[in-house]
Amino acid sequence: MAEKKAVLTGVHFMSGDIACAEGAIAAGCRFFAGYPITPATEIAEHIAARMPKVGGIYIQMEDEIASIAAVIGASYAGLKAMTATSGPGFSLMQENIGLAVMTEAPCVIVDVMRGGPSTGQPTLPGQQDVMQAKWGSHGDYEIIALSPSSVQEMFDLTVEAFNLAEMYRVPTLLMADEVVAHMWEKVVIPPAEEIKIVNRKKPNAPPGNYAPFMPDDDLVPPMACFGEGYRFHATGLTHDEHGYPRTQDSDVQMRLVKRLCDKIRKNADKIVRVEEVMIDDAEVVVVAYGIVARAALSAVKKAREQGIKAGLVRLITLWPFPEKHVARAAEKTKAIIVPEMNCGQMVREVERAAKTTPAYHLPKLGEEPHTPLEILEAIRRHS
Amino acid sequence: MMEAVEHPLLKYLRAAMIPHIWCSGCGNGIILNAFVHALDELQIDLNKLVVVSGIGCIGRAAGYINADSFHTTHGRPIAFATGVKLAKPELEVVVISGDGDLFAIGGNHFIHAARRNIGIKVICANNFNYGMTGGQVGPTTPLEALTTTTPYGNIEHPFNLVHLAAASGATYVARWTTLHVRMLTASIKKLLQRKGFSFIEVVSPCPEIYGRHNKMRTGLEMMEWFREASVIANFSDPAKAEITPEKIVVGEFVDIEKPTYEQLLYEKMAKLMKEESE
Amino acid sequence: MPERLWRTPLDVEKISRPKAEIYILKDQCKGCGFCIHYCPKKVLEESDEINARGVHPPRVVDEKNCVLCSFCTAVCPDFAIFVKEKQCKDGC
Repeated sequence: MAEKKAVLTGVHFMSGDIACAEGAIAAGCRFFAGYPITPATEIAEHIAARMPKVGGIYIQMEDEIASIAAVIGASYAGLKAMTATSGPGFSLMQENIGLAVMTEAPCVIVDVMRGGPSTGQPTLPGQQDVMQAKWGSHGDYEIIALSPSSVQEMFDLTVEAFNLAEMYRVPTLLMADEVVAHMWEKVVIPPAEEIKIVNRKKPNAPPGNYAPFMPDDDLVPPMACFGEGYRFHATGLTHDEHGYPRTQDSDVQMRLVKRLCDKIRKNADKIVRVEEVMIDDAEVVVVAYGIVARAALSAVKKAREQGIKAGLVRLITLWPFPEKHVARAAEKTKAIIVPEMNCGQMVREVERAAKTTPAYHLPKLGEEPHTPLEILEAIRRHS
Repeated sequence: MMEAVEHPLLKYLRAAMIPHIWCSGCGNGIILNAFVHALDELQIDLNKLVVVSGIGCIGRAAGYINADSFHTTHGRPIAFATGVKLAKPELEVVVISGDGDLFAIGGNHFIHAARRNIGIKVICANNFNYGMTGGQVGPTTPLEALTTTTPYGNIEHPFNLVHLAAASGATYVARWTTLHVRMLTASIKKLLQRKGFSFIEVVSPCPEIYGRHNKMRTGLEMMEWFREASVIANFSDPAKAEITPEKIVVGEFVDIEKPTYEQLLYEKMAKLMKEESE
Repeated sequence: MPERLWRTPLDVEKISRPKAEIYILKDQCKGCGFCIHYCPKKVLEESDEINARGVHPPRVVDEKNCVLCSFCTAVCPDFAIFVKEKQCKDGC
C-alpha cells in the first residue's frame, strides 16, 4: 500500500510529466536527481515542489551522468530513486545504467523521447530511443522498459516501473514521448490502499552470513542497504556472490551475466503487458506503442466500420519484448503494420516474432505523431 | 622478532581481499594504512561508514575496507556518494580515488560537490599518471614528464588540486605525501570529523608505471624526492602550492565551516513537512 | 634548544625505556624497503631469504634499539610489519 499522505487521491487534470511525478511519489520514490532537459523538465520541477513535503529529496545535479550515479547511490542507501531525462541525457546515462544493471540497483529512469539524433528536435515527439533502451549500455544485459500511451498511464506505469525495479533489482525505464508528457488529460489517482506497492526483498541472513549477490530461486538476490550493518561490497567489475571482483574467472562471468539476463527472461511472462484489441479475427494487425497507439486504435476502429478486419496489439512493455503476444497475433493474420516515430526500430523485433507474416513499417519523423488516417490508409493497403 | 601473528589493523580490512593488488613501492597501501589508522584512533563505527571509489589502482581501496563499500564507474564516485549522503546523512561517506578519476573524467562532479558543500570526504591519491592503464598522461602530470602518451615530454599544465578544491568551496583542504604518514593520519582524522566537503590530496609514489620513465625507478627514489622537495607550510596560499620537481608544498590549506547541503536540505524539508501537517 | 630542557629528568632512575617487539609478516612483504630506509634507529635491514612473493623481507638487526616510534607500521603499504611494546615484569 502506498503512503497515504503522499498520494493525491482524486480526479485531476494534469500533464503527463506531472502525472509521472505524482506516480513516482505515490510509488514511494523519495529521491530524485536530475538535470533540466526538454521535454522532461516539468517532472523535475514538479518533484522539486512536492518532494520535500513528503520527506523526499530533490537534487539538481551537474549533468545526467551525475544524476544517474546519485540515483544508484540513493538506491543503495535504501531509498526508491529516479531520474528523468530526454534523448541527449539518456545517452549520457547509458554507462551508469549498465552499472545499475551490474550492481542490481533498483531505480527508475524516465526518457521523454524527442526527435534525434543529437540535439534534434527538443520540443517535438520521437520514438527513436527504444532500441537504445535495450542496447544502449555496453555488455550483455536485459532491462525492463514500459511505454505509456496516455497521461493516466504516465501515472500508472511510473508506479509499475518502481514495482518492477524493486521486484527484479533492475533499472526500469519509462519510455514516454513528448506528446504524452506535455499533453493534459484527466487522471484518476486511486486511494492509497488501492495502489499496489512492491518493496525490495531484504536479507534474512545475519550480517556475517550475507552474500549480497547470492540469488533466491527467482534469481534475484535479497538486498541489504548501506548502514544496516551488513558491511558488503558492490562493484561494476565482474563479481562473485560475495560482491568481490573476479575479473579473470570465466565461470564467474558466465554465471553472473547469465543470471542478470535470466532473471528478466525467465520472468518475462510475469513482466510483459500488452493491450490486445479485436485481434481474434483480424486480417491486419497494427502493432504500436506510446502516443502512436492512440492513433492506431482510432484507425483500427475506423477500419472495422469500413468492414476491414483490423486489430491492434499495443505494447505496454517494450522490453522484455512481448514476442509471444506478437507471435500469436501473427499466426492468424495476413499482415502486420508497425507505425513508429522513427525509421524502423521495434519493427525489427516484430518481424523476428512474426516469422513468416510480413510486417510493414510506417515511419513518421519530424513533426507530430501519425494521424489515424495515415494508419487507416496503411491498413487498407495491406488488407 | 616474532612471526605468524595478525596485524592489529586487520579487523578494518576484508581478509578475503588481502593482499592488495598494488605494486611494490606503490603509495596506495600507505594511504589505506593511514586511513585505517585514523579509523582505529577515532574508533569509527564501521557499520556507519561507506567507502566509495572510482576506477584506477586506488579504486580498489573501497573493496579492501571492511565497511559498506561501492566501486563505481570511472569518474563517478563523488556523484554516487552524493546520493548516499543525502539519502542517509547519518552515514560517514568517504570517497577514495585517484587524480585521473576525480579530476579528469570526474572533475565536474568534484567542483560541484565542493560548491554545494555536500558533507562527503574525498581522499585523492595523486600519482601523476594513469597507472592502471599503463602510465598515460593525466591532469596532474608535471610539465615535461615522460609518460606512455607523452613520449617527448608533457606539454599540458597540471592541475594544482588544493587550489582547485579551495576555489570550489571545500571546507577542509590539505595535501601530504605518503612520506608524511603521521601528518596524513592526523589530517584524515580531521577530515572525518569535519561536517562539510573535505579534501586531502596525497602525493603518492608510482615507481613501476610513472617513476621508471622519469628517473625514479623505485618507490624509495620517489619517496626521497618527496622528502627533499616537501615544504610544510600550513595555511599558506593554495594558489602558490603548485607541485614542481623542486618544491611540494604540504600542509593544511583550508579549515572553515559553513552549512552543508544536507543540513540546509533537511531543515527545509522539516519546515515544509511541519507546514503540511498543520 | 633552550638549555633548561637539557636537564636530567628527576625520575630517570624509576623509568625504564620501553622494549619493543617487532612483528614481521614476511610473506605479506613486497620488498619496497620503506621500513628499512626510514627507521630512525636503523633497526631493520634487508634479509637474505626470499619470501612467497619473491622479495627479501626485512629482518631485525637489533630489537633493543627500537624506540617504538612505529613509523615502520605506519609507512608499510602492505600491513606486513608492526611493533608492540613488550609486556614484561622485573625488567626484561
